[in-house]
Amino acid sequence: MSKQAQHWEKTRNLLFVTLAIWFVFSIGIFFFATEMNASGIKPFGYPLTYWFTCQGSLGIFVILIFWFAGRQEKIDEEFGFTEREDD
Amino acid sequence: MIKGKFIDNLPKVYGIYTGGFLGFIILMAIAEQAGMSAKMIGIFFVAFTVLIYALIGYLSRTLQVDAYYVAGRQVPTVFNGMATAADWMSGASFVAMAGGIYFKGYGYMALLVGWTGGYVLVASLLAPYLRKFGCYTVPDFIGTRYGGNMARLSAVIVLTVASFTYVTAQINATGTIASVALDIPFNIAVYVGLASILMCSMLGGMRAVTWTQVAQYIVLIIAYLIPVFWISNKIGAGFFPHFMLADEVARIAELENQFGLGTIKNSAADLATVPKGLAGITKAHSDVNTTPWKFISLAVCMMAGTASLPHVMMRYFTTPSVKAARRSVGWSLFFIFLLYSSAPMLATLSKLSLMDPNLSTGIIGKSIADVQAIDWYQNWNQANLMFVSDFNGNGTLELNEFFMGGKAVVLATPEVAGLPYVISGLVAAGGMAAAMSTADGLVLAISNALSHDIYYKMINPKAETAKRLIVARVLLVIIGFAGATIAALEIQGILGSVIWAFDFAMSGLFFPLVLGVWWKRANAQGAVAGMLLGLISGSAYLIWVRNGGAGFWGVTQLTFGIVGSLVSLVSMIVVSLITKAPDSATQKMVDEVRVPSGKTVLGKQH
Repeated sequence: MSKQAQHWEKTRNLLFVTLAIWFVFSIGIFFFATEMNASGIKPFGYPLTYWFTCQGSLGIFVILIFWFAGRQEKIDEEFGFTEREDD
Repeated sequence: MIKGKFIDNLPKVYGIYTGGFLGFIILMAIAEQAGMSAKMIGIFFVAFTVLIYALIGYLSRTLQVDAYYVAGRQVPTVFNGMATAADWMSGASFVAMAGGIYFKGYGYMALLVGWTGGYVLVASLLAPYLRKFGCYTVPDFIGTRYGGNMARLSAVIVLTVASFTYVTAQINATGTIASVALDIPFNIAVYVGLASILMCSMLGGMRAVTWTQVAQYIVLIIAYLIPVFWISNKIGAGFFPHFMLADEVARIAELENQFGLGTIKNSAADLATVPKGLAGITKAHSDVNTTPWKFISLAVCMMAGTASLPHVMMRYFTTPSVKAARRSVGWSLFFIFLLYSSAPMLATLSKLSLMDPNLSTGIIGKSIADVQAIDWYQNWNQANLMFVSDFNGNGTLELNEFFMGGKAVVLATPEVAGLPYVISGLVAAGGMAAAMSTADGLVLAISNALSHDIYYKMINPKAETAKRLIVARVLLVIIGFAGATIAALEIQGILGSVIWAFDFAMSGLFFPLVLGVWWKRANAQGAVAGMLLGLISGSAYLIWVRNGGAGFWGVTQLTFGIVGSLVSLVSMIVVSLITKAPDSATQKMVDEVRVPSGKTVLGKQH
């Protein structure tokens, strides 16, 4: 397999992992909204579902994007596809 | 004080700007103590900030194509994040979001999840690849990747429909704020708003819009956060509201029970006396009040719409590199998060201030005559944003007898909570900044697509730089005026048209953009079918449901993008597969887009 094909395969796998995490916190958990709110888990004292919609999911997305960017940079570096800084 | 290149001095420039703005707030606070009238303070706040933006717009004027279209591709990561956040957060986010949460609770918060989650799609599926492509506009990518004027034209059509729906709402919002703050009639205020918008974008295009958007972000975030923190501290709810309002949320649930929320219903005859646009509290504050599908389908539409709206995507064309584009999405969402995570807190504080009899500001349970005598009640009643009526005739204000407009949660809460008027002036300036920055981005997205993709790429490819930029500016003014004229008619509420814009964008552009990068086999015929059939079927569904159609799968007029985008996906795949595969040059181009290093696919000047 060429260097480029390998790079793309790794990139695609990273995409799948990123989208899986994204799916859980943007769609998955809201199938169980009633159950989550009824559960005794209370981050900062807020009802669980309420907390996810106010802060939880939102904050996780911010962290997820920075994590994704970091991982993608590592992949690019590994295959020597990093851009020159003077660009 | 400032030496060297402007870009190198950005932190210093905007540091001084922020300090100057805070100084201005303090100056206004002193003026208020010295007896300046509330009206004058409002005028000063809006006029002063708008003049600053216009000045930045003038200083950023340019005669170069790549500066006009993509700000010379040298906007640093963090600053592009701020500019995107301002571009993104519209008058609806600023003025209407906390109100929506206040009235509709959980069901509405799908928008919060959708409008943030969409950025994960932007970062992972699109932004870095479109940056590598080196296009000026979104149709520029579609037109070059798929080839042919038909694909380019289809993309321009979808872009125009979606962005134009959105921009009328924003010009409407600038008009509303300008008419309240400057005390002029709405249909004149709309054109005052338009003039301010054009001053920021006309001379410098994307470069001017970038630097005014950063300035607008600073104003809007200060204007949103100060009242939230101040009220929270004032009523003793906690010095950092985001982590400390759990007791208040629980207290609201307790009061809802005590006041008989959901058990006492107003009769239709009573409700008919309530002014149009005002609503009472009918939904529990923190309970799950909608079905999973309703919540999820709305969130999905907002997420896919986020990843298809051209005015957001084109912000990532301005970064110096692909790596910077990726990180910049993260910063954008961080700056958006600061406001979005504060909106539910503001809704909580606002509701508690009005509801809790233990607080001096609480009005539920007081006598109707006392409430009607309160200064702020009279002001906001006059502005047609608050209303009380003694339906049961017991002389006491019940929870079901108090009505408020959605905008009042942001606009009136500072006054209700007893903050000085200078804060209300600040909030008006913040709302103006939010609406202007989004309108600027949208007007520019439309006029750039028309000038670059229709005029330069299709009608007159030999046009010289000077001529291209003149055409771009003339189109900008025309689009702006068209938007303002429709806004002045006040057809659709601010929030409704914003949500439609997301559905339109999602119907026509989401899959053609994503598959353009991720599926090599996608070809021009497939993309054209995807864009046009997606847009047409989505629009048809909207019209059908609006005219009393039953709909299917629980898809409403707020989520018609689900129908549109599914049709788009299926038709794009089917048509691509039954027609010829893209030629090897196109396949090679896609390969190149997938590698971050090396030259952009399109040249620096094109």
